[in-house]
Amino acid sequence: MLEEMFQILDHEGNLNESLRPSVISDATLKDFYEKMLFHRMADNKILLLQRQGRAGTYASIKGQEASQVGPMHALRKQDWLVPSFRELSAMLMRGVPLKSVYLYWMGNEWGSHVPADVRVLPVSIPVGSQILHAVGLSRAAQILKKDEISVVYFGDGGTSEGDFHEGCNYAGVFKTPTIFICQNNQWAISVPRKMQTASKTIAQKADAYGFFGIQVDGNDVIAMYQATKDAVERAKSGKGPTLIEAVTFRLADHTTADDAKRYRDEKETAFWTARDPMIRMEKYLAKKNLWDEKYRQALEERFSAEIEKAVEEAENTVSKTDDMFDYLYETMPAHLTEQKKLWQS
Amino acid sequence: MAKLIMVEALNLALKQEMQKDKTVVCFGEDVGKNGGVFRVTDQLQKLYGEDRCFDTPLAESAIAGTAIGMAINGLKPVAEIQFEGFSYLTMNQMFAHGARIRNRSRGRFTCPMTLRFPFSGGIRALEHHGESPEAFFAHVPGLKVVIPSTPYEAKGLLISAIRDPDPVIFMEPKRVYRAIREEVPEEEYAIPIGKARIVQEGTDVTLIAWGAMVRECLEANAMFQQKNISAEIIDLRTISPWDYETVLQSVQKTGRCVVVHEAQKTCGFGAEISATIMEKALYSLKAPVIRVTAPDIQVPLLKLESFYIPDEHKIVAGVEQAMAG
Repeated sequence: MLEEMFQILDHEGNLNESLRPSVISDATLKDFYEKMLFHRMADNKILLLQRQGRAGTYASIKGQEASQVGPMHALRKQDWLVPSFRELSAMLMRGVPLKSVYLYWMGNEWGSHVPADVRVLPVSIPVGSQILHAVGLSRAAQILKKDEISVVYFGDGGTSEGDFHEGCNYAGVFKTPTIFICQNNQWAISVPRKMQTASKTIAQKADAYGFFGIQVDGNDVIAMYQATKDAVERAKSGKGPTLIEAVTFRLADHTTADDAKRYRDEKETAFWTARDPMIRMEKYLAKKNLWDEKYRQALEERFSAEIEKAVEEAENTVSKTDDMFDYLYETMPAHLTEQKKLWQS
Repeated sequence: MAKLIMVEALNLALKQEMQKDKTVVCFGEDVGKNGGVFRVTDQLQKLYGEDRCFDTPLAESAIAGTAIGMAINGLKPVAEIQFEGFSYLTMNQMFAHGARIRNRSRGRFTCPMTLRFPFSGGIRALEHHGESPEAFFAHVPGLKVVIPSTPYEAKGLLISAIRDPDPVIFMEPKRVYRAIREEVPEEEYAIPIGKARIVQEGTDVTLIAWGAMVRECLEANAMFQQKNISAEIIDLRTISPWDYETVLQSVQKTGRCVVVHEAQKTCGFGAEISATIMEKALYSLKAPVIRVTAPDIQVPLLKLESFYIPDEHKIVAGVEQAMAG
């Protein structure tokens, strides 16, 4: 599997120049690195907040930054992102304010009220169910003749759900401009990838639905960018959907309520830690004299301050009980008006 | 004025709304070329093309889930589920997402879709083709549940459902699809969602029903009159949010109430109506609220179906019970 997957930057930091996209300059790679570092720190902050009782249960993206930063860089302003619940990096890339991300994981619905020009659906908890929404978004674009693509994320576990099958099948029939990105991080809580499907790869499932599938090194931000760029071109030109299987690894526990040491082998984690998307970027950039420890430390200081500011803004946001009632319908029905009065008295 | 059956009235509503509003689209299994197995979407594909009226793969979760995505992105989808027994497959999408996207995002994303399907029995159909799941949908905050009882009602209510900014579950009593033919105006009209209809005024007992049971109550009326019972018959029209004001006013006047529904007794919507009347009009009641319903069993196949469904006789017995207490 690992030998066949599409790769441009290997885990030692060697970049295959013959496959390098012309638009990906070293400056762009520095930018990718900075973004991944910021996302890793922003993600880690929530783990700390949860341990302190300042946030609820959280699903960390640690190790999966490249499979989110790369693809999002290939999208246009008008494209949609449909997340599952492990896409903090992708959401930030698409313009969701960090404060909003923190609000959500602190348990405030206003976190999902993204700005009017940000096309990111809320976190979806029921596994795989969001796949159909992404297909619907892009079907609407198709019908209304709007040039918009939707990208939906799900994990290896998600590919076992019926909605994955129904969504891919429907998208194939109508050739909708949908990009399906499976973050195959090898684990669905404690159930390993080989128990989700007997299929040799997840990417090949696209064949069954009549569209293009590709298995990519998910920790290679450049390959993830290129695969998504190709998928965007495919969708734009009416050639239909793409399934991208990002082979990566969930470095953290499933959520803050899980303990991966109960079911995972230290050797496996060590293998994948060496393949961390950030380490290979540091190695490449260092070879080009574009990275050193001082640079990283300076970034960490700057990012720390930004993160603290976002946490403070989120924690200063008050939750109103009115909000529980006011958004069920466009016009509040009589029984809810009565209940709201009663419950608030 | 043309006299239409319910199927034709629904078709007319769709035709006119699709003409008026280019974002209205309809789809489902056999909806496009075939015009729907009950012909509700007949000719719409010819009129408006395959982009606006189309067949989908055989996948109910996809029909509902893609409708949600479409509704978020600028369309007003009218999604058809072929039979009520298959509406269960839409429940995860409708309960977990359709009902919630507005509140979950505090209004940033909304879901102006209609999910419509034939329901209820009395036509000697296969299993899963004669049941009444309205209570399941009514229990979910964020959904609306609408049930027409006649062709005239069907057109006006479907127009309201299509125009509603929130997800509406529109359940069509298939027994009435072709059984009633009445005048239906050619011009557009919308019957408000959330408002019940007093079909017949009376003074002795309030009879509440919806869908196919409204006609059964009207037919039972001949027997009430023989017994000198003046019944006020209410067509609830909307199960969620329901018009309890109209019901309470009626019960305050008559002092007696009978709810008739085809769905099973336990946790059927009659239980909600009964509890509300008890809470808000207990001292107006001269007798307990009577529920005339099906028993708590699965809908039988055709051989035993007539023993299951409330009919005129069961309705009269219920009314007599209410009058006696």
